[in-house]
Amino acid sequence: MSILLNKDSRLVVQGFTGEAGTFHSKQCIEYGSRVVAGVTPGKGGTRHLGVPVFNTVADAVRATGANASLIFVPPPYAGDSVLEAADAGIPVVVCITEGIPALDMARVKRGLAGKPVRLVGPNCPGVITPGQCKAGIMPGYIHKPGHVGVVSRSGTLTYEAVWQLTQRDMGQSTVVGIGGDPIAGSSFVDILKLFQADTETKAVVLIGEIGGSAEEEAADFYKREMNKPVFAFVAGRTAPPGRRMGHAGAIIEGGSGTHASKVSALESVGVHVVENLSGIGSAVAANLGSALAR
Amino acid sequence: MKLLEYEAKEIFAKYGIPVPRTGGVITKPAQIKAALKKAGKGPWVLKAQVLAGGRGKAGGVKLVNTRAEALAAAKAMVGMKIATHQTQGAGLTVREVLVDQAAPIAREIYISVALDRKSECPVMIASAEGGMQIEELALSKPEAILKEKLCALRGIEPFQARRLAFKLGIPPSELGSFVRFATALSRTFLELDASLVEVNPLILTAEGKLMALDGKIVVDDNALFRHAALAERPDVESSAIELAAKKVGINYIGLDGDIGCMVNGAGLAMATMDTVALAGGMPANFLDVGGGATADQVTAAFKIILKDPKVKAVLINIFGGIMKCDVIAQGVLEAVKKVKLEVPLIVRLEGTNVEVGRDLLRRSGLKLTSAESLWDAAQKAVAAVKR
Repeated sequence: MSILLNKDSRLVVQGFTGEAGTFHSKQCIEYGSRVVAGVTPGKGGTRHLGVPVFNTVADAVRATGANASLIFVPPPYAGDSVLEAADAGIPVVVCITEGIPALDMARVKRGLAGKPVRLVGPNCPGVITPGQCKAGIMPGYIHKPGHVGVVSRSGTLTYEAVWQLTQRDMGQSTVVGIGGDPIAGSSFVDILKLFQADTETKAVVLIGEIGGSAEEEAADFYKREMNKPVFAFVAGRTAPPGRRMGHAGAIIEGGSGTHASKVSALESVGVHVVENLSGIGSAVAANLGSALAR
Repeated sequence: MKLLEYEAKEIFAKYGIPVPRTGGVITKPAQIKAALKKAGKGPWVLKAQVLAGGRGKAGGVKLVNTRAEALAAAKAMVGMKIATHQTQGAGLTVREVLVDQAAPIAREIYISVALDRKSECPVMIASAEGGMQIEELALSKPEAILKEKLCALRGIEPFQARRLAFKLGIPPSELGSFVRFATALSRTFLELDASLVEVNPLILTAEGKLMALDGKIVVDDNALFRHAALAERPDVESSAIELAAKKVGINYIGLDGDIGCMVNGAGLAMATMDTVALAGGMPANFLDVGGGATADQVTAAFKIILKDPKVKAVLINIFGGIMKCDVIAQGVLEAVKKVKLEVPLIVRLEGTNVEVGRDLLRRSGLKLTSAESLWDAAQKAVAAVKR
């Protein structure tokens, strides 16, 4: 088991024939993901990377049975692409696009309300279930199948944490980048729920950052509903208030979203918070190493 | 993108939000006479146009009764430096001063529209305790803050505006104008793709009229593709180095320390700053070189970092993902040769082909320190600046 994606996932890539879509779809295919269709409006009927291209997601689903979508569409049109995927009945939508206006996302979330769809992203590295399916831009080789679930708001920071785990022989069940935007498809809580229910996941690594209150909400959820160990790192201890640290969501506003508030919320409920990023792998290993390695 | 007060008020006026009669913005004290004439009869208020809250306490707002007082205040204000709790110790130079007709204040109200991340929609926030910093109020008297969640498509509904009006104690005679005001504020937020539109204070004048005495608008940078005019507006928030970085697609924010940081990815860049601090050092900057980390990009990043004279060492932390470490190492070496680096350089590479990459760096003959981990790199950088 794993969450969101597995070896039976059939990916449709939206924005398939663009530069980013082409490059990363190729990487996903090389990793072993089953990319069954691409969508680029106006290019339906052609083939790209050996995969059929369709005009609409609905056409792609009808012809190929695609059940997960990966989006590389540029920011002005990405919100619409998410809605199109949901409308076509795709249950898992991963949106990589960076730079979608926050109000667009607010409207997209309204449009998704009540629909049986899980959106991950935008502005994220994607989702990977090691050894089974990679839907995203992360380097595949740093991962290893196993029992640690990883959920993160940042890209390269996730790679760093995953690499530390893999080097210590602790594989991952699924690694989920929820993205660095103020309004995200999935929150930490959404993904923690899935990890808690997944029998394959024995522990979770959570990588947070300053801004918003997703880490505080995760702490609250952990206290109420989780019995699996969670290890956390929160980036931005030294970030000055009022400045956006790269991600649109990583900003301390009016004293809320600070590093201190997040760390204390997580620690107070028993989450193991690591102060030094370089120590996250060893912290998991010291506590659970023998139980996790295989 | 943050707009200055007078820019916000110009937008408010377009949306039908009442603002004080204004004499416009002056950049030289000599322009005060014409501005006062335009603003009508006194008293007047002179307001320094800087992007920092708390400027009143720092001498950036002055009420004047005569022309002579106005000229004296203009002379004092144009060119002055303003440091407030929001400027992190650095002073902002006042280049523009807004000259408004002073309004007789009977009551002050706080009101804003912001994006509420938790409920994932815009929210109108109001308080009868106007003039205060809303952050302080949220801590000291959270019950005094009123909230209405807004639809991201339709904005505020009249019943929501009325509900706020009654709770705020707006006089019945002004109910209609408050609903129009709230609707206009909500429209401003949605149509500008703002992340914040704030009026603090909104006043009731002695005659019982509503008026926006101050204004703050923050536009979502991601939405600038829909706002060509704003996108072309000169960036007054960023420092010269930050502007130079933006031009070459590098995300840079200047800080107070002496260790220059070059990292791929925003989260890892933040974590690198944190690690430097844990090791006892102070980062000179946040810098995300982007996913590619090509020789050109690394060269550009070096040039940006070295513009800051405080930098005594440079730490490169790159996680080679799709791009392999040997390619990155090659890029770093080419860049070092181009920029003639005179401060110690510490390089930490991790990812695919890391051994080949490290070997390239070792055999290059260039003076640089290779680090095994981020923690190792941070400690080495701290040692280098302390030497």
